[in-house]
Amino acid sequence: MTTLVIAEHDNAALKPSTLNTVSAAAKIGGAIHVLVAGHQCAPGAQAAAKIQGVEKVRVADAPSYAHPMAENLAALVVSLADSYSHILAPATTFGKNFLPRVAALLDVAQISEIVAVVSPDTFVRPIYAGNALATVKSSDRIKVITVRATAFEAAQPDRGSATTETVDAAADGGVSRFVSQELTKSARPELTAARVIVSGGRGMGSGENFKILEALADKLGAAVGASRAAVDSGFVPNDYQVGQTGKVVAPELYIAVGISGAIQHLAGMKDSKVIVAINKDAEAPIFQIADYGLVADLFQAVPELTAKLG
Amino acid sequence: MKVLVSVKRVVDFNVKVRVKADGSGVETGNVKMSMNPFDEIAVEEAVRLKEAGVATEIVAVSIGPAQCQETLRTALAIGADRAILVQTSLETQPLGVAKALKKLVEKEAPQLVILGKQAIDDDSNQTGQMLAALLSWPQATFASKLNVAGAEAEVTREVDGGLETVAVKLPAVVTTDLRLNEPRYVTLPNIMKAKKKTLDVLTPEALGVDLTPRLATLKVEEPAKRKAGVQVKSVEELVAKLKNEAKVIS
Repeated sequence: MTTLVIAEHDNAALKPSTLNTVSAAAKIGGAIHVLVAGHQCAPGAQAAAKIQGVEKVRVADAPSYAHPMAENLAALVVSLADSYSHILAPATTFGKNFLPRVAALLDVAQISEIVAVVSPDTFVRPIYAGNALATVKSSDRIKVITVRATAFEAAQPDRGSATTETVDAAADGGVSRFVSQELTKSARPELTAARVIVSGGRGMGSGENFKILEALADKLGAAVGASRAAVDSGFVPNDYQVGQTGKVVAPELYIAVGISGAIQHLAGMKDSKVIVAINKDAEAPIFQIADYGLVADLFQAVPELTAKLG
Repeated sequence: MKVLVSVKRVVDFNVKVRVKADGSGVETGNVKMSMNPFDEIAVEEAVRLKEAGVATEIVAVSIGPAQCQETLRTALAIGADRAILVQTSLETQPLGVAKALKKLVEKEAPQLVILGKQAIDDDSNQTGQMLAALLSWPQATFASKLNVAGAEAEVTREVDGGLETVAVKLPAVVTTDLRLNEPRYVTLPNIMKAKKKTLDVLTPEALGVDLTPRLATLKVEEPAKRKAGVQVKSVEELVAKLKNEAKVIS
């Protein structure tokens, strides 16, 4: 039994999600290989070779993988698939985008966003925005799986010593091309890996008002998130969105400010260790899952909180 | 250009589902059902393409039980021209649905297939990508902007780091994300018109597709419940609790 983990990286370094995915592979058992497909990605490949538990790193380095298109990446993975019992990718937009193509080309089901491994053929995954957990079993010859990173610890990044081998790049299918990207640049921790998150909702009223949350985030070394309502209203960009179809986070501390607590938002943050809610509406559903709820005007409470912190 | 849109009938997004006592699934008996919100966005986008003179015909399709006809009538009321139901009482899973859609695509020969990025019941986020792979077509997922220009579509996608723009050659599969558009309200005149539009019902056998589910659901459970929380009366009290009780700040 051998698992192939498709690494998420930016050529220079691995994304944290890759480490959590390797942990999921470890729970399945058997050997673990990591595929690093990129352009000038030797540093990423070297990092993969140091992950604890990884036996082999397979590297496909070609210009066509600089911004890997789903069609090309899927073709590459399919060309390697036959020696594997399991193929895993993080359940990030990277993994979710291309992995189903692999499953379809192999004529097998995909199991999306697992939160637990019960056995090599049985997994637990959230359904209905995480309001239910389904235990599913696959009898397909290859299990194709995306992994919810917050459900698995990160594998140790510096204890491994895997071998590395080069893999031929598959030809560029030429049916799709990368045009441009607009990525948020921030000195703050990444939302999905942050220990503390300060999140704003419709109650913030404007993008300008998010400065109050940023001041609090600065004090706490936190990432800043948002509800769908805040993104739809243009207060913050889409990559701030926490929720069923945005990012799923599970920090030590999640502070929800001016967020009512719709089912779809809870889906993205209800696994946080400690949840604080600040909202002037005492009936807001968020108070039903908050560990500490403060019914107050956020425009007074948040600056006061920032001032009272260390 | 013909556009095919696939829609799914799901538990309404406002419903807080309950897990059945016997753990066999989720209560869907007396619960409100609606078109999957992402699929509404897909139908709306197709209709806007038609209004812009880019699409000439919109065919709405669904795979599922007889009641999916209601969902298809809604798609027709939003502005689709024709509908097809592949009727089955089997549990539909993405691979099977993708195979059925492939057969429909081969029959209808659209230049663009638009689907919602995920269904809010199984949250799989696979069908569009699988369909594209089976057809050997390019895909553009999680679309927040779609621009069809001649033989190509330029799509802006919502990704974890922000936005990414790709160009795909037509024919292609696009899956919709939340901010692609805001679906219109369906008007009564359009609901009435929709009743007269064609809705064909096919069987999977007639289509030549096997919808047998691949994944077996062994059980469905509620997630662990959180301990009940407390109300704090002041910011001072909150800080004290976070420091001394929860110990998440120093």
